[in-house]
Amino acid sequence: MLELLVNNPVLSALLALSGLALVIGLLLGFAQVKFHIEGDPLVEKIDQLLPQTQCGQCGHPGCRPYAEAIAAGEAINKCPPGGETTIQALADLLGREPLPLDAEEGVSSDKKVAYIREEECIGCTKCIQACPVDAIIGAPKVMHTVIMDECTGCDLCVEPCPVDCIDMLPLPSELQNWHWPAPPGPLAPPQARLIASDQAEAVKQEAQA
Amino acid sequence: MKDLLIIEKTRFHGGIHPPECKDLSTRQPLQTAALPDEVVLPLGQHHGNLAKPLVKPGDSVKTGQLLARNEQASGACVHASISGEVVAIEPRPVPHVSGLSLPAIVLHSDGQDEAFNNPSLPCWQEASAEELLPLIQSSGLVGLGGAVFPTRTKLAGALDKGIDTLIINAAECEPYITADDLLMRSRPQALLEGIGILQKLLKPRYLLLGIEDNKPEALQALQEALPGSAVEDELQLCVLPTRYPSGGEKQLIQLLTGKEVPSGGLPLDIGVLCHNVGTLAALADAVVKGQPLIERIVTLTGKALRHPGNYRVRIGTSVEKLLQQAGLETQQSSRVIVGGPMMGFTLPSTQVPVSKAINCLLLPTAEELPLPGPEQPCIRCGRCEEVCPAQLLPQQLYFYAAHQAWSQAEEQQLFDCIECGACAWVCPSEIPLVQYYRYAKGQIRQLNADAEKAEQARLRFEARKERFEQEAKEKEAKRKARAEAAAKVAAAKKSKQEEADESPAASSATTQDAADAKKLKQLKVAKAAATVAIKKAEKSLSNLQASADATPEQISEQQQRLAAAKEQLAKAEAKLAAAEEG
Repeated sequence: MLELLVNNPVLSALLALSGLALVIGLLLGFAQVKFHIEGDPLVEKIDQLLPQTQCGQCGHPGCRPYAEAIAAGEAINKCPPGGETTIQALADLLGREPLPLDAEEGVSSDKKVAYIREEECIGCTKCIQACPVDAIIGAPKVMHTVIMDECTGCDLCVEPCPVDCIDMLPLPSELQNWHWPAPPGPLAPPQARLIASDQAEAVKQEAQA
Repeated sequence: MKDLLIIEKTRFHGGIHPPECKDLSTRQPLQTAALPDEVVLPLGQHHGNLAKPLVKPGDSVKTGQLLARNEQASGACVHASISGEVVAIEPRPVPHVSGLSLPAIVLHSDGQDEAFNNPSLPCWQEASAEELLPLIQSSGLVGLGGAVFPTRTKLAGALDKGIDTLIINAAECEPYITADDLLMRSRPQALLEGIGILQKLLKPRYLLLGIEDNKPEALQALQEALPGSAVEDELQLCVLPTRYPSGGEKQLIQLLTGKEVPSGGLPLDIGVLCHNVGTLAALADAVVKGQPLIERIVTLTGKALRHPGNYRVRIGTSVEKLLQQAGLETQQSSRVIVGGPMMGFTLPSTQVPVSKAINCLLLPTAEELPLPGPEQPCIRCGRCEEVCPAQLLPQQLYFYAAHQAWSQAEEQQLFDCIECGACAWVCPSEIPLVQYYRYAKGQIRQLNADAEKAEQARLRFEARKERFEQEAKEKEAKRKARAEAAAKVAAAKKSKQEEADESPAASSATTQDAADAKKLKQLKVAKAAATVAIKKAEKSLSNLQASADATPEQISEQQQRLAAAKEQLAKAEAKLAAAEEG
């Protein structure tokens, strides 16, 4: 047997290669069974980048379904609350071209929360059923109110309200969520270095001059 | 008494020598500012959550009385800094760059300045930590060096972990500020007593006080006061070379111990605790005299003031009134800076109270501290990197911050930046580097908070979905159970029916009985119905007869009905009788 292999280099090479292929194939097969991952890890990653407002503006009932749709090939520019930053992050993750946001109206970047005018609320519980994150508390025929910290500002409670007592208000500017503004940048005009209230004054003075 | 230790070499990287300008405010001795007519005490002067007010408008309070309490460990209490009446509890602007407001207690003075009797521990040498810590908590003490971190929390952390070295920060490296210098000159005993309390409480192996060599008077005052004080044998006075920012906590620790605080860590992680001299003097006041934190020393300086100097100021005094006392020349002053020229910020308005965090109000003239010129592009000269005391790469951080590359900025240890401003000071392009870092830090914190909120929303959304699924499943289970029960009943009926069909003989007797009873019942019903019909017919007949306009046809018809009904009754009675007999 050994003699045959030594005398036939082609045969021995063939045998060695096919033996190697067999071993590697078995190893790969074993690894696939052993290290099998439940679910799609890509969906998890996409879901983490989405803003989790659960607003449904993308046409899916929540952020996770949209993440699943993106993983299946849907466009990445359908999330207005996430805006350009989310699109950019998704484009980076998926290696796709970042597209402009696909929204019918212009999206305002400031965050909003729902506010129920409590004296007008009739206690119909329709908004409670609509809220995707259970941020509204109340009971039938009893006034409802929004837990401001849990509200994602998704707008979904506004439409079902029969007495139109829900407003979407911008978050009040508080000391706790104040952050330093960005500097005007290199070679900015001296005007840009003034605070907002003084800018109007400066413009007026310039006009007079 | 230990010998003076003179450190000649700075052991931290970088640093700068900006003009000190300290003599402006050290020429006069420590003065006391006039008692204010009104004080505004914001409920959030410290690092942490807002305190909850314990008083309401209309209450009269005494100096030092507790006005608002904070139950959380990370909060501090607020005390009345004058005696008088609570006028309002409402949002008032606070001394902050944003000019935003916080809820505050407004007091009007009655001019008496009557002190409230707070508990004290004059014999602190015998007191235990369990007695001292609550007293420190209820006296509203916070770090007066600038971070305004509640002292109790810091001490409790140190007690838990145990410390090796206690460092007293008397370096005061920032230009213009001399509050600590004057405190050491005028109240060295109070400071030493405060050090003694901490020594007793924490029992550190080394007790070091670091002071820059530009404060010889303060050092002399300390040396004179040391013999006979509580820490005579333990306290090691260390003289540091003047170099900004040697008073930064991490830099001072490095200077004195040679150890470096790990990135993102606390001094406690290397067994060191650092306290400012102002905090320790206030601690002595609180423990020995029972006087909570109601006043602090503020340096009022700058060439736009006629009487610059250091003042003992009640917390909550209006900045505007204070500046008037110091002789503000409005024409001269260009802006009001809180803190020094390196790390301070410009106040948007002087209609704010002095908070626990304000150690200096700087009013420079336009020539003294000109506004920075327009920002020029970075030329990568690398000078900022040479002076950075945290050994970061400022220009790299600047590029990341300007291009909003947050993750890279974090990788370059943006959060180790102490915002000392040395890089911006040397920058030939006048780039406001610190503002870039503050902006980047704010944005990163906001992004992290948003991510946390998104995660919370996701969890709530998923919990809701799960709940709906659970409810649907329960409904389905109930429906199934009902359907099964109905099917069982039907099956039971069917089987009964079949049984009855299959064995009629066995059940004939009972069936016969049941049938008889049924028939009897039917007959009884028929009899009753017939009786009712007769009564009805009789009644309508009598009605017709009584009424005048009844036709004879109608009457005869009714009579026929009555007859028929009677016949029915007779039949029914006969049948019933037959059945009963049968």
